[in-house]
Amino acid sequence: MKNCKSLIFEISKPGRLALDLPPCDVPDCAIDSLIPSQFLRNSPAELPEVSQLDLMRHYTKLSNRNFGVDSGFYPLGSCTMKYNPKVNEDIAQYAGFAEIHPLQDAKTVQGALELLYNTEQYLTEIAGMDAVTMQPVAGSHGELTGLKIIRAYHRAKGEARTKVIVPDSAHGTNPASATVCGLETVEIKSNEDGSINLDILRGVVGEDTAALMLTNPSTLGLFENQIEEIAKIVHDAGGLLYYDGANTNAIMGIVRPGDMGFDVVHFNLHKTFSTPHGGGGPGAGPIGVKKELIPFLPIPVVTFDGNQFGLDENRPQSIGKIHSFYGNFGIIVRAYAYIRSMGPDGLRQVSEDAVLNANYCLSQLKEVYYAPFDRFCMHECVVTAKKQKPYGIKTLDIAKRLLDYGYHPPTIYFPMIVEEAMMIEPTETESKETLDQFIDAMKAIAQEATMNPEIILNAPQHMAVRRLDETAAARKPIVKWKV
Amino acid sequence: MNIPKELRYSKNHEWVRVEGEKVIVGIDDYAQSQLGDVVFVELPEIGSIVTCGDSFSVVESVKAVSDIYAPVSGEIIEVNEVLGDTPECINEDPYGQGWIVVIQLKDASEVNNLMDSAAYQTMLEEGENS
Amino acid sequence: MAWSYLPHTDMERRSMLDAIGVDSVNSLFEDIPEKVRINKPLNLPHALSEQELAKEMRKMASANANLQDNLCFLGAGAYDHYIPSVVNHVIHRSEFYTAYTQYQPEISQGYLQALWEYQSMICEITGMDVANASMYDGGTAVTEAAMMACAVSNRKEIIMAQTVHPHYQEIFKTYAVDREYTLKNVNFANGIMDIAHLEEVVSKSTGAVIIQSPNFFGSIEDIKKIAEIAHAQGAYLIAVVDPISLGILASPGSLGADIVVGEGQSMGIPISFGGPYLGFFAATEKLMRKMPGRIIGQTTDQEGKRGFVLTLQAREQHIRRDKATSNICSNEALCALSAAVYLAAVGKEGYRQVATQCLQKAQYAYGELTKLAGCEKVFTVPFFKEFVIRLTKPVAEVNAFLLGEGIIGGQDLGKYYPNMKDCVLLCVTEKRSKADIDKLVSRMGAIL
Repeated sequence: MKNCKSLIFEISKPGRLALDLPPCDVPDCAIDSLIPSQFLRNSPAELPEVSQLDLMRHYTKLSNRNFGVDSGFYPLGSCTMKYNPKVNEDIAQYAGFAEIHPLQDAKTVQGALELLYNTEQYLTEIAGMDAVTMQPVAGSHGELTGLKIIRAYHRAKGEARTKVIVPDSAHGTNPASATVCGLETVEIKSNEDGSINLDILRGVVGEDTAALMLTNPSTLGLFENQIEEIAKIVHDAGGLLYYDGANTNAIMGIVRPGDMGFDVVHFNLHKTFSTPHGGGGPGAGPIGVKKELIPFLPIPVVTFDGNQFGLDENRPQSIGKIHSFYGNFGIIVRAYAYIRSMGPDGLRQVSEDAVLNANYCLSQLKEVYYAPFDRFCMHECVVTAKKQKPYGIKTLDIAKRLLDYGYHPPTIYFPMIVEEAMMIEPTETESKETLDQFIDAMKAIAQEATMNPEIILNAPQHMAVRRLDETAAARKPIVKWKV
Repeated sequence: MNIPKELRYSKNHEWVRVEGEKVIVGIDDYAQSQLGDVVFVELPEIGSIVTCGDSFSVVESVKAVSDIYAPVSGEIIEVNEVLGDTPECINEDPYGQGWIVVIQLKDASEVNNLMDSAAYQTMLEEGENS
Repeated sequence: MAWSYLPHTDMERRSMLDAIGVDSVNSLFEDIPEKVRINKPLNLPHALSEQELAKEMRKMASANANLQDNLCFLGAGAYDHYIPSVVNHVIHRSEFYTAYTQYQPEISQGYLQALWEYQSMICEITGMDVANASMYDGGTAVTEAAMMACAVSNRKEIIMAQTVHPHYQEIFKTYAVDREYTLKNVNFANGIMDIAHLEEVVSKSTGAVIIQSPNFFGSIEDIKKIAEIAHAQGAYLIAVVDPISLGILASPGSLGADIVVGEGQSMGIPISFGGPYLGFFAATEKLMRKMPGRIIGQTTDQEGKRGFVLTLQAREQHIRRDKATSNICSNEALCALSAAVYLAAVGKEGYRQVATQCLQKAQYAYGELTKLAGCEKVFTVPFFKEFVIRLTKPVAEVNAFLLGEGIIGGQDLGKYYPNMKDCVLLCVTEKRSKADIDKLVSRMGAIL
């Protein structure tokens, strides 16, 4: 393959090793005397054979062809790509956290249980809920867990409520989670600004309504100011209110989902609480619930009797287990450290600065890009390529041109209800200089659109690869290495 | 937009070519252009019975997916196996090589519920203006 | 509070507010109704500096008995294998761990390639055609496999061996209740699935048979025979495997499995009190377009250069929404990267050696322990790195004694199988030396 990075399989040479293993110091038995030969492999698995330096250079080269928050500005909307504090990485590797077995006797893991317990308490306070489980390992896992709890609650009351109302501006995970939970999604059309159309909502709620799932601030980065009325409509119909916490970074210490009337809320620790996104995970998606829903939380539940921490599995109304053990503990350690570093005033400052940064970007960008909503945004803003369309430039092209300027592009084509959307979430950890440079780049691209659109259409030019053929990839998938 | 006169159309953008008691079904030019490059077509099993309005196939592009609904009721008696290897036929020749299934009609009069090309053209234009 | 994470000075805030055209940051929150606002500080502990934080966290960590200071013979789904140094160095390159999902492929080629190589290695060790780029953990991967098998078979019954990890069985039940799946269990005999019982319960309504091998007791199941029985009824065979065991055991693909899943924590991922872990998921080509999770594909760019992209995205929640195969979005990508680096580090020969050492050391421990007066053999079938013995004293009492000797003992099986009171599941990985095992034997001898 011309001029491209070698695969690890292509640099493999028979006989090379990247790790020296100690000799086996117990008496050696013939393997086929221990395990019948029909259960054994006939030939070894064809794994790479590389030296340790080969291996490090291979992955270092790959890392050089990748971009993270530490590399540069990463305004990926809805994902909260904030700085990941380094001390938290160190802490997660302490032997007392990284090297403890989940099935050890509870007496031998009191520090770990205390950490889980305290984090639950902190999130309970931040969300204004009554209890939290740390077990879900991703936002979508939290959604599923939350919906299961809602379903179990209705079932316990003898009600067969099977419909989940989801606005058309919602994250795709909302309806997908409802389906995995055996619930039917009722999608309702939002107002143009992404807010709930109360008349439509009143028209669809009823005795089959299990819940309304809502992101607030919405996926358009706007606060849903009719929230009290929405809560009343859903609650009056006997349904519950589910809070998709993807956008919590805008509201910490300012407003709480529990006080807005939400019954279940999930957090994304990898968004709001600074745990690294890991290139797609691991994250964590803990959920908070109101009092009536506590009996249905997944097992085990972390307990504290004033003296000892423990794990309670004897909860007859629980929805059951949702994870092999207790969730992504290593991620929770990092989030705990973050909350302890920031304190109550710090968390509020985070949200204020996040909202300030987004509004600053919006105020500067709306001169040259179309801003569909003429009001203040929360922690992220939406602009579109409407003004560039006459020059044949789409949002995708602008995103690709941003790569040449050294930026990770914003989220594009989401939310789907805004045409040619670019959703920009700067986060609070970015300085004014960084924002100004990004704004300048966006303005330069807008200028290029009128003067030299070819340069945008041919972007990116300076990355490891040019635009890739995604159609060919999906038609005839090549999903593994073949000799 | 190419809307052949001899075909009938559903509001979900399927086309139908009537051949006696059988109809050939595909998705029309408008539908394929909305989807973009088709990468995969999930074909139904021969012999399956469909009712008008049922989803019987799924067409996928890179960034979109669309259910294909039966425009008439009947039995699926043929499927276009060629689409397995060359789904792009749907983009390149939606009314020819890109056909999807043949349905043996249960009730031949059901075809009359579908739009002719003029009515379909009007529906598309109204959709654009709304 | 950690101002080091917040760059703005008050003057900068002022100038940004001026640019926006407001007097105060409060104006930006004007959409939030006054009534629902919280007008007091959150009730949280005060902020700590980095130094104070590190000190406090060390104190918390030290309240746990860790596996550096104690010899671990506990397994049961989470394993103390050696993690090569290179793994941590690679995954802590911040271009990897501070990135997110590879939505923009041109700026994510490194990670995409690494994950594609991971998929390739998972296919190679499992003998399957296609693997996804990770699931949450072993337990949820089992459930996703079951849901996929039900979807493609259009059947709603799952048959699960009782020898599958009890936690995995529980997770499936949690998901099943809302999907109207039925679960039938197959008994075990002599530590492996009772094949006669399987033949009794399997039928044309069975969507999939789920078997774990080595199973929860460490015993090796006859995947080939069980696959034949499942296939005869048109059911899929889902094999749950320990990836380390595949260094010497035949790949489930070669034995007829349709879907192979498992816990990948053994491949370079810290045991970390149960997570983050790695669910791996592989299947036959026929099932590729029904798989949950992200899949990386190879393609070319405009100039013909090889590149990688997220592919088959039309399966996923962000496009298919309520019709998606699964709701999974964020996965465990960094853990998949760990596993890829692990497999590349141990390499073709080391992979076989690690498995061989687990087997030899577990065998040695089993032999020595069962010579003790208070230890009794329970099963007589072949096992890999875990085995069951019955003690003459309660397991909790024995484990409490061992802990005092710096040993973390095995899992009490009475917790999961009421008729296996006094039975303990012990695990011996390649990390244990002969001296470690001899210490366990001697201390067990002392208490029993």
